[in-house]
Amino acid sequence: MGARDKHGAHPPWDDEFKVVGKPARKVDGLAKATGEAVYTDDIVLPGMLHAKTLRSPHPHARIKRIDTSRALAIPGVHAVITGTDLPIRYGVLPWTQDENALAVDKVRFIGDPVAAVAAVDEDTAEDALLAIDVEYEILEPHYDPVESMQAKAPLIHEDRKSNVSKHVLLEFGEVDKALEGADVVLDEVYEFHGTTHAPMEPHCAVARMGADGVLTVWSSTQITHYVHRTLAQVLELPEQMVRVIQPCLGGGFGGKSDPFSFELCVAKLSMVTGRPVKMLYTREEVFYTHRGRHPMHMRFRTGATRDGKLLGVDAKIIIDGGSYSSFGLVTTYYSGQLLAGPYELGALRFDSTRVFTNKPPCGPKRGHGAVQPRFAFEVQLDELCVRLGIDPIEQRRRAALSDQAETLNGQRITSNGFLQCLQAVERASGWTKRRGTLPYGRGLGVAGSSYISGTNYPVYPNEMPQAGIMLKADRSGLITAFTGGNDIGQGSSTVVRMLVAEELGLPLEHVRVVAADTDLCPVDLGAYSSRVTFMVGNATLDACRKLRAQVVAAVAEAWEVEPERVRMAFGSVTDKKDPARQMSVKEAFRVAEVKFDTLGATGSYNTPKLGGEYRGGTIGASPAYSYTAHVAEVSVDVETGRIHCDRIWVAHDCGRAINPTLVAGQMDGSAYMGAAEVVMEHHQVDERGLHLGPSLLDYRIPTSMDVPELSSLIVESVDPEGPYGAKEAGEGPLHPALPAIANAVYDAVGIRLRALPFTPAKVLAALRALEAEQKTAQIGAE
Amino acid sequence: MLRLPRFGVVTPSTVDEVLALLSEHGKDARLLAGGTDLVPNLKHRIEEPKLLVSLVRLSQLAGIRCLDDGSLEIGGMSKLFDIATDEAVRRQAPALAAAAACVASPQIRNMATLGGNVLLDTRCRYINQTHFWRKSLGFCLKKDGTLCHVVAGGKKCVAAASSDTVPALMTLGAKVKLVSTEGSRELAVDALYKNDGIKHVVVRPDELLVSVIVPAQAKGHRGAYEKLRDRGAIDFPELGLAVRLDVQDDCVTDVDIAVTALQARPKRVTRVADLMVGKAASGAAFKDAAERVAERAFTQCHPMPNVPGDSDYRQEMVRVLCRRALFAAAGQN
Repeated sequence: MGARDKHGAHPPWDDEFKVVGKPARKVDGLAKATGEAVYTDDIVLPGMLHAKTLRSPHPHARIKRIDTSRALAIPGVHAVITGTDLPIRYGVLPWTQDENALAVDKVRFIGDPVAAVAAVDEDTAEDALLAIDVEYEILEPHYDPVESMQAKAPLIHEDRKSNVSKHVLLEFGEVDKALEGADVVLDEVYEFHGTTHAPMEPHCAVARMGADGVLTVWSSTQITHYVHRTLAQVLELPEQMVRVIQPCLGGGFGGKSDPFSFELCVAKLSMVTGRPVKMLYTREEVFYTHRGRHPMHMRFRTGATRDGKLLGVDAKIIIDGGSYSSFGLVTTYYSGQLLAGPYELGALRFDSTRVFTNKPPCGPKRGHGAVQPRFAFEVQLDELCVRLGIDPIEQRRRAALSDQAETLNGQRITSNGFLQCLQAVERASGWTKRRGTLPYGRGLGVAGSSYISGTNYPVYPNEMPQAGIMLKADRSGLITAFTGGNDIGQGSSTVVRMLVAEELGLPLEHVRVVAADTDLCPVDLGAYSSRVTFMVGNATLDACRKLRAQVVAAVAEAWEVEPERVRMAFGSVTDKKDPARQMSVKEAFRVAEVKFDTLGATGSYNTPKLGGEYRGGTIGASPAYSYTAHVAEVSVDVETGRIHCDRIWVAHDCGRAINPTLVAGQMDGSAYMGAAEVVMEHHQVDERGLHLGPSLLDYRIPTSMDVPELSSLIVESVDPEGPYGAKEAGEGPLHPALPAIANAVYDAVGIRLRALPFTPAKVLAALRALEAEQKTAQIGAE
Repeated sequence: MLRLPRFGVVTPSTVDEVLALLSEHGKDARLLAGGTDLVPNLKHRIEEPKLLVSLVRLSQLAGIRCLDDGSLEIGGMSKLFDIATDEAVRRQAPALAAAAACVASPQIRNMATLGGNVLLDTRCRYINQTHFWRKSLGFCLKKDGTLCHVVAGGKKCVAAASSDTVPALMTLGAKVKLVSTEGSRELAVDALYKNDGIKHVVVRPDELLVSVIVPAQAKGHRGAYEKLRDRGAIDFPELGLAVRLDVQDDCVTDVDIAVTALQARPKRVTRVADLMVGKAASGAAFKDAAERVAERAFTQCHPMPNVPGDSDYRQEMVRVLCRRALFAAAGQN
């Protein structure tokens, strides 16, 4: 069983890598650039119907009656389904299954799905939506999590005791004692406002209930496996009779991790009509589907000695969950569990409460659950440095955990490049020379973070592998890799291709990857929690080593030499002692096929047992942690209050960069996504429960004019358990962007902003308050 | 993707055909020029015409001509991209070129026309939304409803004038040429707008905007446009301010300021000439005059909470934009 084997960080042949560590084109790069790539909405099947969703116009209401007869009477309408057609509840986590594909009895936010229609075309389906009569009994809505927490009946979920979605209180060390003994204790409140993913591709699914009884669903999902399970569960079909395929995906960022209403509705509508059915969400529906970053109200207390040694951190966090649970249980844990690195904290307590409100449901967005408290803590750390007169990079250097530590909540660290990250951004930004010398209005700020490379906590508990892969090799010289890992644009299939090419000595184009098709590929838990490179990569190496052993054995036997003498690289197999003796890899596969019959291998990965021995100890326990540091440079226009982030230096420890271009792309993408959350993006629901601008005009994501200059500085700490030492790069590089910008604003103009987003009006108000304060102080001094 | 409503489309190739169609169909017809604003409004069901009269084949309505009297005649179908980059416009009407250059994005400027921008419908955070959203809100005065969500109890629509080019055209004293089967007329851009967000222009449904005429400017003419927006592209103005500054021998001979994105009608700032005319166009005297002009603009401009951006903040920014536009026009930075 190769699942928990360590494959080592060394090149498989000779002393250097042939493929790994070098830029390589994405497997689907050209197809995307030329328009050849097939996204879900490109799929058109014979006889296909188009489906639309009717949504609730009320934030909280009981459904008294639904009459679909007028809709069904419209020519071209094939079916209308409502909550009673799909009564089984589901949810990505087995403990909190509180969603229905279509509302049963009540609706919980403006945009909650109520009915779905399948018709000959989209226009007819829309006409039908207007002809569905729904009678509602309006209920009192709850928007403020503090108010909602206290609210009595009617509750948002009436089978719960209150509107509290999840509460976690954990303490490591003795925080009260630590803070009592501290020379300095900072006590401040920080706020995160809520943002969403805004992927370029709106959610879409096509379903076909075949004559053979097999239900096939093509969906723009990040996790085919959970969609597969949920379809079987809700539609009451055997899992063997369901197939899920993820076509080319136009961005997810965590927003396509849950199983969703549209997937269940197209499947049900196909079962009812006997026709293939497609549903493509509008941009507005993407905003209602949401699962974006939770708003958080965070009170942080941090105690330290006079020379900056951290003694204890106390966090009390209220999380606005929106209307459903989604991944919220994990979010609530992550809000505290992921604070434990990259610093030695002394003691840590977090008391986090996630509350239901009548808003679109929050969920995992890039950096899940940890970005908000990271903002709070890293700003507080900056405040501490100001108070103590310590350089904030030096402070972070002194507080950093070592590379073989265990964190105070029991997370095992196997590699840690945080100090190198700090050094890289310090040097590249000219920190030592430039900080403090920039003119008024310009400033530099620093922040650090760490993040998981997957977690040992599968969303449904089981002992089976978290990642699985199959390789097929044959006399054509081609290797096909079948992986359940979802390539959502981050490049996971490219990573698989590169690892196979390295291990089997093949040119890249002789390795093809088939991904995310539940009929063809082994189970893999999909693209979330930054697990893919680490886990799928290890499974790939596992399979490669088995296949390689067969090929090498067959060649060695043919050449009558020891297997150690066989070397595979650049498409050729060579005898190391007698380099004149060669054959192509294709030839070697033929030799192996003769000896071993049809060639193939499976590989898998499962985490070792990880995490502390307490309830929730496994949540946030990862086989390896990545590390990041940012220095941000900002300009503040003191007349308009507008903050412009001019530049971010991003240093990220990804263990080893399998493909440096992809790693740098993830670092750039993360950093500007984070920067936009500081000054632009705001997923805002007003006092009527209405999303304020569910469009790409009103929800401000940065244009090319607004993106800062980005410098990606890759740090490679080479993790002993990652594939060739690799860790994650897709989410970690986002975290420090927010606090680094906040800290740079303080450096630029002396205002300490603790509530995101930093709107120009807020900046101006703070500048005026500071000016007034300084005048008062001056008068006092005179 | 949002679906378009059902409508007919005709593509006439002469002005006479267009006018005949408009005359025949009246309010049921709607002109389609670049479509960059009309198409989203159709998708949002803010407009529901039965017939679109496309101007796509009327290439004769595009183009920028210098007339003998030194004025510029800009065809209604001229693209904003062409206006922003045209040498004559940049030289003779720099504020217009600057305003056109900051509309939306290059792709949109390559479709959007000057006629469309001059007649751009008013905008409001409560109207420029989907039908579903507006239904959840309970609709509003401008379409399908009876309530105003900007002004509680308001009976008049206060959706905001949102054209970037209009304030520039106002300061330039521009006119529009309108034709219909009844004949043609010229109207000052100033006289084109009413303070009513539902029907904010005096143009009749049977009229076609053929061209915009920018008269010859005084010697020493300068102009600038400043726009308040969240992003470096795409966004409509949260505030837009155009300045015309005429300078002779470092002395200001005339000044004119117009502001948009306040209420339904773009606004000319009044009584500014007395603060600046006769003053130096540089140095401390100019700076001082600019401050006083900016203060006067601030007291006269009252943005409503109709478009994104805090309205108090937008009012404060009148001062800043005014000062910056004056400095930009004067070439002082």
